Amino acid sequence: MAAVKPIGPLLENGAAATADMEADLSLRPEEIARRGHYYMALQREVEDRIERKLYRQGKILGGVYVGRGQESICVGAGLVAAHDDWLYPCHRDLGLYLVRGVSPREIFAQYMGRVGGLTKGREGNMHMGDLSRRIVAIISAMAASVPVATGTAMALKFQRSRNIVFNIFGDGATSRGDWHEGINLAAVQKAPVVFICNNNMYAYSTPLDKQMACEHVVDRAPGYGIPGEIVDGNDIFAVYRAIKRAADYARAGRGPSLVECKTFRMTGHSAHDGGDYVPEHMWAEWASKDPIQRVERIMMDQGWATREELDAVHARIKREADEAIEWAEQSPYPDASTLTEGVYEGSL
Amino acid sequence: MAVVTYLEAIRQGIWEEMERDSKVFCLGEDIGIYGGAFKITAGMLERFGEERIVDTPIAESAIVGAAIGASFAGMRPVAEMQFADFITCGFDQIVNFAAKTRYRWNAPAPLVVRAPSGGGIHGGPYHSQNPEAWFVKTPGLKVVEPATAYDAKGLMKSAIRDNDPVIFFEHKKLYRSVKGEVPEGDYTVPLGKARLHREGKHIAVITYGAMVHVATEAAEVLDREGVSLEILDMRTLLPIDEEAILASVRKCSRAIVLHEDTLTGGIGGEISARINEKAFEFLDAPVVRIAAPDTPVPFAPPLEAAFLPNAQKVIDKARWLAAY
Repeated sequence: MAAVKPIGPLLENGAAATADMEADLSLRPEEIARRGHYYMALQREVEDRIERKLYRQGKILGGVYVGRGQESICVGAGLVAAHDDWLYPCHRDLGLYLVRGVSPREIFAQYMGRVGGLTKGREGNMHMGDLSRRIVAIISAMAASVPVATGTAMALKFQRSRNIVFNIFGDGATSRGDWHEGINLAAVQKAPVVFICNNNMYAYSTPLDKQMACEHVVDRAPGYGIPGEIVDGNDIFAVYRAIKRAADYARAGRGPSLVECKTFRMTGHSAHDGGDYVPEHMWAEWASKDPIQRVERIMMDQGWATREELDAVHARIKREADEAIEWAEQSPYPDASTLTEGVYEGSL
Repeated sequence: MAVVTYLEAIRQGIWEEMERDSKVFCLGEDIGIYGGAFKITAGMLERFGEERIVDTPIAESAIVGAAIGASFAGMRPVAEMQFADFITCGFDQIVNFAAKTRYRWNAPAPLVVRAPSGGGIHGGPYHSQNPEAWFVKTPGLKVVEPATAYDAKGLMKSAIRDNDPVIFFEHKKLYRSVKGEVPEGDYTVPLGKARLHREGKHIAVITYGAMVHVATEAAEVLDREGVSLEILDMRTLLPIDEEAILASVRKCSRAIVLHEDTLTGGIGGEISARINEKAFEFLDAPVVRIAAPDTPVPFAPPLEAAFLPNAQKVIDKARWLAAY
């Protein structure tokens, strides 16, 4: 069986190169910490408000899927991406939207089905995208975005663009045919796309060992002839570095790669699901690995921030969320007369 | 004007659009080196190179998905399903991703999915189907099936230039059997507009694809009996050109809806319903559907012949309808 080939530029003799190919785009650890902390905390706060307040108050209907405990993955990817790279997030990747500049106002309004939301009430929850910001909306069928992300990457390659594509999905998505078809096509085409798996060990209620018989998602990478890496998904620095290597690899024209981020979903599948099927000890075990608390400890240890400064960040985020919810609740529902608009170009 | 086959007309349509617009590219199975299973893309690899004529793995979902993703990045993809029967493997990408993306988040997916469909070529159950009705009931898609060489080229050009996803059915039986005059210069045939194929007085036959020619054959026989068929070629199956259908029905007061697809859940039911709702007072007889029976497409020649609608079946129904 072929071993997983690590991502990253290799020298002629097969050794890993040490020079950072895109040094100008690299963030210093302190910046990763500071920016990563802000966006992870913002995602946590926005999602807590959505799941634990607005949903329970009946102000949000339908499904609510959050990324609690795994924010480091989408935020890490967001920090690596250039402002005009293409993003294909999945349903627990709110942080990717935030890093790209989507406002909490737009997100709350999206969840409430208001015209101020990203899809103006056409869609709910994390089914949101914005072509002008190069964020592509998921559909509910998991992994359907994988071949679509590949197509965008093929187009960028054809256009001689220096932009690349970031595609995030969960471990459950890797069971679907689209995942395999998409990654295989990307590999054959050497399409500039970074495939990022947030392996949180559960697909809805189904544990990993009922999803796949291999140990790691990345074990599949050699089968497609692409490199891959496993990282601690709750470590924003490790996530950033691995995705950065994968992004450099893609930007250098070497094709796709797969980064598997090991993490845990600190919530049920959705707001209606308490996750009773998860063994009790796992909650406690993973609570101690919380990516936000982890980066805070490092920031304080390194002297990059004091507890007071971090508390001030949280306080600012709470005010942002308060203001955004107020704004979203003022945003009207779409008028029923617009029901048939936009099925086709110019359709009314 | 040169007389060319239906196949050559489609080829010219794609070729000219690729010359005109560098954003147009093709992807699919065996379309490059081999020139396509039916040779629609023959010579294109040499002319346009492998970045614009992309040979893909056998992966219809990835083909359609990649077309969607490329369209988001400003390209105009033309994706080939080697046979329309395989379009089911890309079904989710078509009906859930491409069809809904504009409505859901205002992201148009201007792409064409080409699908060689239809029977009469001894293809058996998986090389003969007419799956258009699955897509006709999917808002957000446009569905096209030309019957003539002229329309094949003109509709292909319109489909490629259209800003919504278009499923373009090409009837395989017509590829080399149908020829017609096709202008060499640029022209388009608008999507969403039916074409009066044959003027008549007594019975409006609403049809498309290969059945246009079956209806024509029947009309010539019936003419000698004093029964005059009007034949309306729908050309675009979604959106339906309802006005053209109702105009023919109002004129003839009798109507046959004819398609090669199987009966139940076929487009004929939808058209019949619309006629009943909107032109009931003009009808002198029930709307008649002629379609394949509700079976898979069989292989053995006598079975396939019994399966496919043909001129005799149209003649029999038309006689009954004329006498009603």
